[in-house]
Amino acid sequence: MHSTTDIMSTLDAPAAAGPSDHRWYPPGTHITVRGLSKKFGATTLYDNFDLDIPRGQLISVFGPNGCGKSTLINMMSGIMPIDAGQVLFDGKDLKDTRIGYVFQNYREAMFPWLRAIDNLRYPLKFLDLTKAEKDVKVEQMIARFDVKIDLHRYPYELSGGQQQMVSIMRALIVDPEVLFMDEPFSALDYEMTLFMREQLQKVFMETRTTTLLVSHDLEEAVHLADKVLLLTRKPTRIADIIPFDAPRPRNTETLSSPDFVRVKAHSLEVFQREVRKS
Amino acid sequence: MTALKQGWDQIAPILTKLAPLWGALAFLALWAAATSLKIIDPVLLPSPIDSFKALWKGMVGGSLLHDFLRTVTRTLFSFAIATAVAVPLGIILGSSDKIYRAIEFVIDFFRSTPASAMFPLFLVLFGVGEKTKIAVAAFGAALVILFNVAYGVMNARKLRQLAAKVMGASRSRVLVDVTFWESMPQTFVGMRSGVSLALVIVIVAEMFIGSTDGLGQRIINSQMIFDMPEMYASIFAAGALGYGMNLLFLLIERKFVHWGGK
Repeated sequence: MHSTTDIMSTLDAPAAAGPSDHRWYPPGTHITVRGLSKKFGATTLYDNFDLDIPRGQLISVFGPNGCGKSTLINMMSGIMPIDAGQVLFDGKDLKDTRIGYVFQNYREAMFPWLRAIDNLRYPLKFLDLTKAEKDVKVEQMIARFDVKIDLHRYPYELSGGQQQMVSIMRALIVDPEVLFMDEPFSALDYEMTLFMREQLQKVFMETRTTTLLVSHDLEEAVHLADKVLLLTRKPTRIADIIPFDAPRPRNTETLSSPDFVRVKAHSLEVFQREVRKS
Repeated sequence: MTALKQGWDQIAPILTKLAPLWGALAFLALWAAATSLKIIDPVLLPSPIDSFKALWKGMVGGSLLHDFLRTVTRTLFSFAIATAVAVPLGIILGSSDKIYRAIEFVIDFFRSTPASAMFPLFLVLFGVGEKTKIAVAAFGAALVILFNVAYGVMNARKLRQLAAKVMGASRSRVLVDVTFWESMPQTFVGMRSGVSLALVIVIVAEMFIGSTDGLGQRIINSQMIFDMPEMYASIFAAGALGYGMNLLFLLIERKFVHWGGK
C-alpha cells in the first residue's frame, strides 16, 4: 500500500496538492494520516506514519501486543495528543468533524447517573437541533437496532451486552462521519459477541459509516472487515492491508467459508511474521 | 423436635434484625444496675429513668426543644454555607493539578488545625454573637468538604471525561456534566463529615461563646447548677441529633448517588 502511494505520488501529485505536508492520496479516501509521530518516554511508537482510510468501509486494525492499535485510533479521534503529524477527515480537521467512539469498557464509558435513554440523548446536546428533531433521532436509533432494552433503566441495571449496545447507539446517534471502536466486544461472551457483530453489520450496511475497529481477535477482525489493517511491532508500520470482500450480512456460516479461511490464514501468516521479527 | 426447629427458623431472622437493640438494652441495664446499686454517686449519675423523664419533659413543650432547634438551625445554616462555598471550589481545585498542588498544603494545614483554636480569631472578626458560631462551624465544615470534593474530582476515572470530550463537550461542559457527578460519592462523604463537624463546633461554641440558648449552653448550664438529669437529657438530645443527621445523610446519599459502587 505504502509503496503504491510513493510511486503514484511521483506520477500525479498535483491532483490533490494542498498544504505542503499533505501528500497525494487515492480517490475515495476519507481519512488521511500524514507524518504521525508519537513517543512514550524513550520508546517510539509511531514515527512519520502515513495511512489512508477509504470512505464507507469497515477497517479492522490488528497487530502484535503493544504495537499501539488503540493508540492509533485514540490519536485519530483526538483522545490522545499526537507529537507530530496531521489527521484529516475529508481534508477537515477533527474539530470540524462529527465522530463516534465506542470504548471497550462500557461500564466506565456510560454515565451511570443518567438513564440509558438520557445517555443515548447526551451527544445530541452538542448539535444544533430542536427538541423535536432530537426526539426523532432517538426514535430512529431505537428503531434501527430493534433491540428490546428498557431504556428507562440505569446503565448498571442492564446486562453487559445491552450496555455496549446503548454505547454503540450513543456513538451513532449523531450520524458520525467516522466511527471508532476500541475492542468493543472483548468484554462480552461469545454468544453476545456474535449477536453484536450481526447488529453492527446491519447498521453499517444501512449507514456505510467509515469505521475503524480495533480488535485483538483475528476472527472478529476478518469477519467484520472490508479491509484488515495489519500493523508491525513498534515503531509501528503498516505490515499489510488485506481486503475481505465476502457479501454482507456475514453470519456464522461466513466463518467457515473458504474465502474467510484464506484471508484469516493469510492475516495470521503476516501477523506471525511480524511477531517473530523482534 | 422438627417443630421446635421450625419455630427457631422463624424466630432467628427476627432476632438477627433486632441485634442492634441488644447492645442498647445491655447499656441501659448496666446503667440502671450501677445507679440502683449506688456504685456511682447518684448525684453524678442519675438513673436512666430520671434522665429520660427529663428528656421527655424537655422535648415535649419544654425548653429543651427550643435549644435543640436552635442548635439544629445553627448547624444546618453553617453547613449550607460550607457546602455552597466548598463544592464549587473543590471542583475547580480538583480539576486543576497546578492550583491543587499550590494550595494543598494550606488547606491541609487548616483542615488539621482544631477549629476550636480559631474561636478567638473569629471572635475578633465577627464579635460575640450568632455570626461567630456559624462562621467557625462553616469554616471547619467547608475545609473538610473542600478536601473531599477536590479528592473526588482528582480521582475520578478519566474514561467518562474522555467519552464526553470525544462527543464534543467543551472543558467546562465536561466539568459540569461528568466531573461533578463523578465526584459525587466522595462529595457526600465530605458532606457527612462536614455536617458532623459543624455540629461539634456549634455545640462547643454554644458552651463558650456567650450564648443564651442551644444544646451546648444548656449542657454547661445544667452542669453548673448540678442538674444532672437535665444535663444527661441534653447530652442525649445532642447525641440523637448527631446520629439522626448522619442517618439522614446516608439515606439521601443512597437515594441520590444510586450508582455508587456499581
